[in-house]
Parts: sequence; C-alpha cells; structure tokens
Amino acid sequence: MEDIKSLIARHKLLDAAFAVLGLLALLIGLVTLAALIVDLAVTGAPRLTWQFLSSFPSRFAAQAGILSAWVGTTLVMLVTAAAAVPLGVAAGIYLEEYAPRNWMTALIEINIANLAAVPSIVYGLMALGLFVYQLNLGQSILTAGLTLALLILPMVIIATREAVRAIPGAIREAAYALGATKWRTVRDHVLPYSTGGILTGVIIALSRAIGESAPLITIGALSFIAFLPSAPIGPEAPYVSFQWLLDPFTVMPIQMFNWVSRPQEAFHQNAAAAGLTLLGMTLVMNGLAIYIRYRFRKHIKW
Amino acid sequence: MGPDITAAARAAKPNFYAPSGASPAEPEMENGLEPRPPAKASVRNLNFYYGAKQALKHINLEIAEKRVTALIGPSGCGKTTYLRCFNRMHDLYPGNRYEGEIVLHPDDINIIGKGVDPIEVRMRISMVFQKPNPFPKSIYENVAYGLRVRGVRRRSVIDEKVEQALQAAALWDEAKDRLHEPAFNLSGGQQQRLCIARALATDPEILLFDEPTSALDPIATARIEELVHELKERVTIIIVTHNMQQAARVSDYTAFMYLGEVVEFGDTDTIFTNPSKKQTEDYITGRYG
Repeated sequence: MEDIKSLIARHKLLDAAFAVLGLLALLIGLVTLAALIVDLAVTGAPRLTWQFLSSFPSRFAAQAGILSAWVGTTLVMLVTAAAAVPLGVAAGIYLEEYAPRNWMTALIEINIANLAAVPSIVYGLMALGLFVYQLNLGQSILTAGLTLALLILPMVIIATREAVRAIPGAIREAAYALGATKWRTVRDHVLPYSTGGILTGVIIALSRAIGESAPLITIGALSFIAFLPSAPIGPEAPYVSFQWLLDPFTVMPIQMFNWVSRPQEAFHQNAAAAGLTLLGMTLVMNGLAIYIRYRFRKHIKW
Repeated sequence: MGPDITAAARAAKPNFYAPSGASPAEPEMENGLEPRPPAKASVRNLNFYYGAKQALKHINLEIAEKRVTALIGPSGCGKTTYLRCFNRMHDLYPGNRYEGEIVLHPDDINIIGKGVDPIEVRMRISMVFQKPNPFPKSIYENVAYGLRVRGVRRRSVIDEKVEQALQAAALWDEAKDRLHEPAFNLSGGQQQRLCIARALATDPEILLFDEPTSALDPIATARIEELVHELKERVTIIIVTHNMQQAARVSDYTAFMYLGEVVEFGDTDTIFTNPSKKQTEDYITGRYG
C-alpha cells in the first residue's frame, strides 16, 4: 500500500513539475512578444499621425511619412495574392484529386516541401534573373508581387492539400455515385468544404510575404520614392489602367530598414511607427480572411 | 437447427409489415413460389481484381426486376466489392480490374465493358452507402444534387422531384418544414433516409444498398427495412447485409457469398428454409461467419 502511495505521489510531483515548466515556456514566449510590441508602441505611437500616413519620405524625420511604402505594400500584396492563390490552390487540388499516385508525383511532392524551406533571398536572385532580365518586367510592382508569389506558392499548395485531404472520402464517393465528374465533385464539394483550411494557409503565407524585404531589395526595390504608382482607375476611357503594375515601388519593411539604418533617433521613431502600421496592416489582412472564411462556412455545416 | 431460426424470421415477416398493408408476396403465390420476374441485370462470369488479388471469382447471377436481391456472407467474402461493381465505384481507385459482363436490360449494355463510361453507369444506378454520408449542405440541396449534375435547372422541376423523393424515402413529413436546414441537423436514421431520397431523386434503374443499417439503431433500421420493401414497387434493389434476419425480412432473392464466390443463390425462402449447400446452412444457422 505504502509503495503505491509513494509511487502516485512521485508521479503527481512530475505532473506538477511539467505544468510549471510548460507555463514558463509559454510565458517566455508571450512576455518577449508583448515586450517587443509595447516597446514598438511606446517609441512609435507619437509619430503615428495622419501626416505620417499621408506623406512621402523626406530628409527631415519630422516631415517623413510612409505613403509610398504602404501603398506599395498593398499593391504588391494584391499582385502576390492574385498570383499565388489561384496557382497554389489549383496545383494543390491537382496533386490531391487528379494526379496519379506514382514516383513522379512523390518527387514533385518532396520538392514542394523543400521549396517551402528555401531562403527568401534565393527567390530574389532567381526573380532578378527571370522577371527583371529575361522577361524585362523591370524593377516593378509586378516583379515584386510575382517574386513574393513564388515564395509563398509552396505554402499555399501545402495548405490546400492538407485542407483537401481532410474532406472525408465518403463525401467524394457520394458525389461520384450520383454521376458527378471529378471537376464537379471538386467544384461543388471539395473546394467549398476546404475553403476554411485553404484560407488559413493563405493568411499565414501572405503574413510571411508582407514582412519580406530581402528578395525585394535583390530585385531592386527603391528605398526612397516620392511619388505614387499611377492610379488604377482614371477619369477617361478606358477608365482602368494597369500601368501601376510596371511602376517602381517601395514597401514597408524596406522603408523601415532604411530608417533604422540612419543614425538619428527621430528616424528610429519613424521606423517604429512604420512597424506598428505594418502590424496593423497584417491584422486587417487576417481579419479580412477570417471574414471571408466565415461567409463561406455559413452555408456549410458538418 | 437451421429451420428453427429461419422459421422465426419468416414468422416475423408479416407482422413486421402489418402497418403498411397485407403481405405483398401472398397474391402471386402459386404452389408457394411466385413466377420469376424478368431480369434487370445479368452477371456473367464476373471476375474482379484489386491489383493482383482476385476478389470476385466467376460470378453468375440474374438480378430480378423490381425485386430485392440480398447479398449475404461473412466479412471479407466480397459482397460489398460485388455491389460496387454495379456502379463502377472501383474505377475511382487505381489498379482495379473487371472481367466478364454485367449486362443491364432491356438495352443489353455491358456496364463493365471497356467502352462504357462509369459516369453513365452511375447516372442509371444509384447507391446508398454504409454510413449516412449527406453533403454538409441543406436537406433540399442534398436531394437536388443528382438533378443538378444531370443539368436540371428549372426550379419548379427540382422542387417537385425533391418532394417526391423525400416522400418516397418517408422523410417528407419530418423534413418539409426544414428543407433549407443543414442535413447534419438530422438524426442518423433520418440522414440515411435523406441519402435514400438523394439516390431516388434521379429515378435510378437499380438502387444499391451497402449495409445501409449497420450504423443505425433498431428503430431506424426497421424504418429503412420497411422503406426497402416499399421501394421495390418502383426500382430494382440489391442490398448487402451482414444481418441475416434483415436479408430474410426484406429480400425476395438471396445470394450467399463466401471467399469471392457465390456459393448459393435462390429464393430467399428457399435459401433460409431449405438451403442446398452445407456451407449456406452453416452460415445462416450461425455456425460460422
């Protein structure tokens, strides 16, 4: 009897020890993160004014702003999402639903997993060679968007495959048994039911892309831009213009890096304020994705 | 030993269907046997392979039109594999191979033939699965899906077909006020009846049931069995079951399968009261399987 009691006591002690250890690990992560954000907020918040958001960069810290940077980031992310989401989702669905199970598919799958781990600057080098020099797209928003799209493509593919694989085979069989083709099964069932999972992956991927600077510096993003890309909508026919795709640009992380590397304290404050804005942009993007996911799921109930 | 159990099953049969009217087998009875109806499908020398492994061996069978044919046998005997040949479900997975013929009457096409599109086969032959597998959509959309796949767009046509199918599946009264609620709000038995309605909405020539009650409680099971019995008025039915009483209750013909072969096939009454093979008798009396 005594043996069992002491054994249980020992096991319970271990149990409690791990609970403490786990909590500690969690706190270290959370506290560090919170400290970073608080530090950023304390430094940057005073600079976060309308003037800051609506001004171009300047030699004078007090007059400098992030207008060209946040517009650039927004446009680049639009191109990235427009390129990476359809390509990645289509590729993921093909691999999961259509591709024959053979060594070729296995090889492709291993390569996609590895591509997700390639350092971003390598993508920048490749994009410089392909988009800038071969395709002559210039050091433009289009080049930047496509570069980041390539960077996150493997992540989107992997997320799509995971989400698609989570749909029970019985649902597919039910659709096929009613005479549906593969494409109808995908369009009516597989894709709608996996949208939530796919969007979660897309959010994570885009959140990674929005903070990237190395590949964009490699393709020649400018760090000082005192004008906006041409407007996508004009007052005269044809009203819609895609000239902005080929305009030079800068993005938030590059602008931040530029300010941080200056000696003046005032510019560091600008960098912190830009960091806060970037955090906000990421949050807005995630919020949007969560909203879309909610809208999609409203009609689907397991 | 055998006749005792089956006699009990037989005795239960009229009572079971008492609410839905007189025992339907009675009027046509002649010397205790009804005349055999025309065949809806003829299975000729069917072999089936999962890769190199042969799962079905030399099966020959006539499926009687507008009757219920039950496939019984121990687990792994190939009865589900056999059933899934009828709507070419095996074509969804690589490495599967058919040999022989399943000829569908009256147009006499071999549905496992090389030139026959599995999708065409599935448009003519519906299936109800072992576990209820409604789509995570509304009740209405579940039933309408087969029609949508067939290109039906007219709202009025779909509405009518959905109602008819739900009525045929004995779900209309429970579902008519909640057609646009998610199908997953239904109970397990209701979900299975929804799947039956979904399969019926497209007026199939044959309805396949793959152990349709194995995930249901006894009351839901009784309702499905009752339904199978009613549905044979309008559609040819093949049902796989591991419940012998169920086969005795719902079917007109029974095939006993073992190790990928049909050991014995005949009238359900004969199979259960007077089987000619020792293996069949051992199985239906519960001596093995």
